[in-house]
Amino acid sequence: MPEIVAAADKPPIDGGARGRFFQRFTRQQRQMHAVLFSSFLGLAATGLPMRFSESYWAQKFAAGVGGFGAILFFHKFCAIVLTIAFLIHVKEVFQRGLLHREKGIFWGPTSMVANWKDAKDLFGHMRWFLGLGPKPKFDRYAYWEKFDYWAVFWGMIVIGFSGYAMWFAPFFARFLPGWALNAVLVIHSEEGLLAILFIFSIHFVNTHLRPDSFPMDMVVFTGVESEEEFKHKRPLEYARLQAAGKLESRLGEAPATWLVNFSRVVGFTAILIGLTLLVLTLSAYIRE
Amino acid sequence: MGEAAVYPTGRNKCCTIFRFSFPAVLLTLVLLAVATRALHAQTDCLACHSDATLQDAAGHSVGVDGAKFSSSIHGSLQCNDCHADIKEYPHPDHVAPVVCSKCHADQQAGVAGSVHAKASEHPCTGCHGDAHSIFPKDDPRSAVYPLNVPKTCGACHGNDGLAKRHGLNNVYPVYMDSIHGFALSKEGLLVAANCQSCHGSHNILSHNNPLSTTYKTNVPRTCGTCHAKINDEYQTGVHGHAVAAGKLGAPVCSDCHTAHAILQPTEAAFRMQSTPICGNCHKDKFSTYRDTFHSQLGSLGGYVETARCWDCHGAHGILPASDPNSPVNKANLIKTCGQCHAGANASFVQYQPHANARDRKLNPALYFIRLFMNLLLASVLIFFMIHTILWVIRARYNQIKAKAAEGDKNA
Repeated sequence: MPEIVAAADKPPIDGGARGRFFQRFTRQQRQMHAVLFSSFLGLAATGLPMRFSESYWAQKFAAGVGGFGAILFFHKFCAIVLTIAFLIHVKEVFQRGLLHREKGIFWGPTSMVANWKDAKDLFGHMRWFLGLGPKPKFDRYAYWEKFDYWAVFWGMIVIGFSGYAMWFAPFFARFLPGWALNAVLVIHSEEGLLAILFIFSIHFVNTHLRPDSFPMDMVVFTGVESEEEFKHKRPLEYARLQAAGKLESRLGEAPATWLVNFSRVVGFTAILIGLTLLVLTLSAYIRE
Repeated sequence: MGEAAVYPTGRNKCCTIFRFSFPAVLLTLVLLAVATRALHAQTDCLACHSDATLQDAAGHSVGVDGAKFSSSIHGSLQCNDCHADIKEYPHPDHVAPVVCSKCHADQQAGVAGSVHAKASEHPCTGCHGDAHSIFPKDDPRSAVYPLNVPKTCGACHGNDGLAKRHGLNNVYPVYMDSIHGFALSKEGLLVAANCQSCHGSHNILSHNNPLSTTYKTNVPRTCGTCHAKINDEYQTGVHGHAVAAGKLGAPVCSDCHTAHAILQPTEAAFRMQSTPICGNCHKDKFSTYRDTFHSQLGSLGGYVETARCWDCHGAHGILPASDPNSPVNKANLIKTCGQCHAGANASFVQYQPHANARDRKLNPALYFIRLFMNLLLASVLIFFMIHTILWVIRARYNQIKAKAAEGDKNA
């Protein structure tokens, strides 16, 4: 973000409106995203050659890393990392929502759970695309962000379960019928393909490459966004915090230059890998 | 004489001429003395022909290594046993070609009926090498000693030009890289199959000839000469039965293992290339196999233990699944799958290694799951594709408008 870079060079928070940064993601949430996208890239990079094993690039890639043994090993390794991250997240949600009875986890404007407003926002947004109405005002999580979240959540369960069913097939066969072992491969590969195609095209554009965030939304790496961006992207949350007098409590520090640069390198690498895989997937899919 | 140039001084010249010419002069004198005497002993001929540089009028070498000849298989014969038209000295400039069939009639008949009948090479020496140094086939010096056979045949059959002219493959390098060639050249294994083990020697016939050892229906018996047990198994299997019943579409040994480039079947290289070989005929099974995890991983190489066709079906004595002895018979599946999947149980072996998710009748559950997944994939992607494209256009449009407005303000 040009704004963030420009601001980063200035001394942090001086009370002036332009220089203020607000915390959007906690350190743990950012770490979770980092683990999520790195293990996902690993899974995609090793899963695609298996899915399109007849294609030239898959066989070259496999030969380069040491054959299917290496690919499968790395795929399983990334799967375990992602599973652990997912379990930590689920534990976190239950701890905060059920144990500590934290408000806004399961319901309300700060929750990931979809509500009526999201449906209205979706239609309102589409109308705005076509110039038929005003741009809807979004709260902490917009509908497409919630969709991303639940897509991953659903994907984790579906892909994860089918993956482990293949990994430990004889064990799963104790309580699954035989045909389910055939089904899990179809489910795993189709759902994996959906995740890959969705993340590497839709998520990349919606979150990072769309004009308002181009070329990358740094908030998931630095945790903070400028006041201007906050107001522009999530006017409802800003107004709600302001009305409650809680805006100050969300103030964060301007991100250090190294962090911004480092995040850019990491982020662009991830996007580049993702787009490469997307091109390979589409080429193999079309030829199939 | 050449000596004159080398030894210019008179005294030396005289001595040298004497020294070099003496045996020749003496021999000439002796020969003249006995005039046109009959020739009997090898030594009679070798008197002249031991000179390795000796040539006939056409420039062909007619020198003979006497020592080597006497140790060869024909060493006990007299020269005119073979060169029958030479009875006396001096002999005519042109002598008749040697007729080996005088003794080797069977072999001659074999060659005459073989693919080599019209070869431009001498029918015997072409393979057995120099006529004066032919050794028994178990002598390492022989051109047809097992370890030397591939090189001998390869002199012509390793030659791209000749092979191409006759529409043959250049088989020599292929054979040398095969398991047989490797055993022979690297291990020096005398029993390893060389060219003549399969093709025969004198009466080699085209593989199109039903009498040929390499004619399709004869191949199992030919390979079975060494691989007897495998041949027995093969004869009990579906392929063996089919071939025996005259169904020539069914594979024999060489259809799966190839003829010359035979690889060690347990090694990665063969495991990698083997499944498509079965797939040549079993197209539908190959296609459904390719949809499975076994194939997907199997195609990636490296470490190749995922199941190939014969890991489950057996290799030589393949039986229909209905046969209780077939490894893919329902009763044997737990054992067969269990070779790789420890803990395989009755439910596990209901897995269908050839399931077809595109076939609604055969695999309805799988068909509908795939359909659902595809619809989900298509609907999510199409919806968001439209959504995102419109969004990008609209957002960019607003940005440009905002910038223009800002520009107006500044102006």
